[in-house]
Amino acid sequence: MEKKLTSQDFFWAFIRSNFLQASWNMERMQNLGFCFGMVPVLRRLYEGEELKQAIKRHLEFYNTQPFVTAPIIGITAALEEKRANGADIPDGTINGIKVGMMGPLAGVGDPIFWGTLRPITAALGASFALSGSILGPILFFVLFNAVRLWVRWYGIKYGYTKGTDIVQDIAGNKLQKLTEGASILGLFVMGALVNKWTSVNIPVVVSEITNAKGEHVVTTVQGILDQLMPGLVPLLMTFACMALLRRKVNAIWIIFGLFAVGIICYALGIMNVK
Amino acid sequence: MELSTIQVLLIFIFGTIAGMGSCLDEMQTHRPLIACTITGLILGDMTTGIIIGGTLEMIALGWMNIGAAIAPDAALASVISTILVVAGHQDVASGIAIAMPLAAAGQVLAIICKTVSVVFAHKADSYAEEGNLWGIDICHYGALLLQGLRVGVPALLVAMTIGTGAVQGMLDAIPQVITGGLQVAGGFIVVVGYAMVINMMGAKYLMSFFFLGFVVAAFTTFNLIGLGVIGLVLAITYIQLNPKYQAVAAAPAGGNAAASGADDDLDDELD
Repeated sequence: MEKKLTSQDFFWAFIRSNFLQASWNMERMQNLGFCFGMVPVLRRLYEGEELKQAIKRHLEFYNTQPFVTAPIIGITAALEEKRANGADIPDGTINGIKVGMMGPLAGVGDPIFWGTLRPITAALGASFALSGSILGPILFFVLFNAVRLWVRWYGIKYGYTKGTDIVQDIAGNKLQKLTEGASILGLFVMGALVNKWTSVNIPVVVSEITNAKGEHVVTTVQGILDQLMPGLVPLLMTFACMALLRRKVNAIWIIFGLFAVGIICYALGIMNVK
Repeated sequence: MELSTIQVLLIFIFGTIAGMGSCLDEMQTHRPLIACTITGLILGDMTTGIIIGGTLEMIALGWMNIGAAIAPDAALASVISTILVVAGHQDVASGIAIAMPLAAAGQVLAIICKTVSVVFAHKADSYAEEGNLWGIDICHYGALLLQGLRVGVPALLVAMTIGTGAVQGMLDAIPQVITGGLQVAGGFIVVVGYAMVINMMGAKYLMSFFFLGFVVAAFTTFNLIGLGVIGLVLAITYIQLNPKYQAVAAAPAGGNAAASGADDDLDDELD
């Protein structure tokens, strides 16, 4: 009798794939997590010795951006199904496809989900939350998770239906378009955030004059900078941080450094809260 | 403020959930926006929790697990700093400052837990030899529980001691020049997160869009939704007009048909 995966199997693989990173370890990273997600599929297709072998096959090194694991689970399920029905698919092929896909897919998943989707939904949520509005956390939670669950669910289906054809999709320019588009959106919003969601005030007085109309005019450093380009100081700070991060300085140390800058400048009266 | 037993228990439970979330990185319960809000809710002052969450979220914007790198831990930082602000009566700026060493400590704890998880992975190997699927599940959950307790237990300890005079005295002893300086730093500390996101994209040739975003934000009063829409329109337009994609799409159609192929592709996009 031909073995066929049911929609129930996919449902449980979907639920379990949400726990991908639970046992993330320094040795084989998401290996156990991937196997954990595949259990409903493997249980349907194999038994006895074959099941043992199948489980062991999926405990090999594995690591990618967690959400793009969905299509990999789908395609692996399709291959395992063929194999269980007698197709000659060696272990090496299944693992080769898994390993071959996790790199390129992480290259797409990281900038889209971690570089664009989360920073943008989080910044949107935070912009509401700063005034104490509950709308902020809710917006972030709902928007991010809606996209995430959609990708997880349709990713599995997509991987399963397309099978090995998906490799061509990865090589083609569809995903590249998506990645590049996401990067543009992400960078544009980052630019806006650097300008709008920072505040620096340098109240050092440059000149104090009484003009012809008898008005007392005080010119501060911040006033001059704002005339040139609002947000210039945070922009320069961002570039400094980028350079430090590229030199592999830990982000937490940079944050401590900036705290020190804040405290020193405040103590010397160079900076103040707006 | 002395916390009730129920509150302490709830802090422990939510701390554990946030710790798990930090490792899973799925539901985002470990992100400051969610973790601070819920911790605030438990302590009876959700609004303050939301404000800390929003402030901390901006700082943590670039904290992400990429490849084998482990990010500073938002879960431990969020839960404990919210307890210190709400129950320890500190201002938000000090809370944020205290959150940073906590994030670093959480990061170290996460690395330790992820090293210990190797033991669980090996145990799973031996269960696989036996064909014991249930054992494999238990190994997976065991590692997750460890990750949860990594945040749950420290949060529990802070929640139990926050009402004591010693801790309160220590927090109140922070001099004004420090709290004022922290407030000033709070205005620009967020650039670290922005810088992390920009670096992560690794797309130097697209930096012109960063500058455009900067200038548009400088001279308009658009909110983030408006700016996001502009960014989206720019992204779509760039992709549609980029000759790089049209050339690839037209290639199989042969040299002569290149132009018409590109047109078709564009039409498809517009449909």
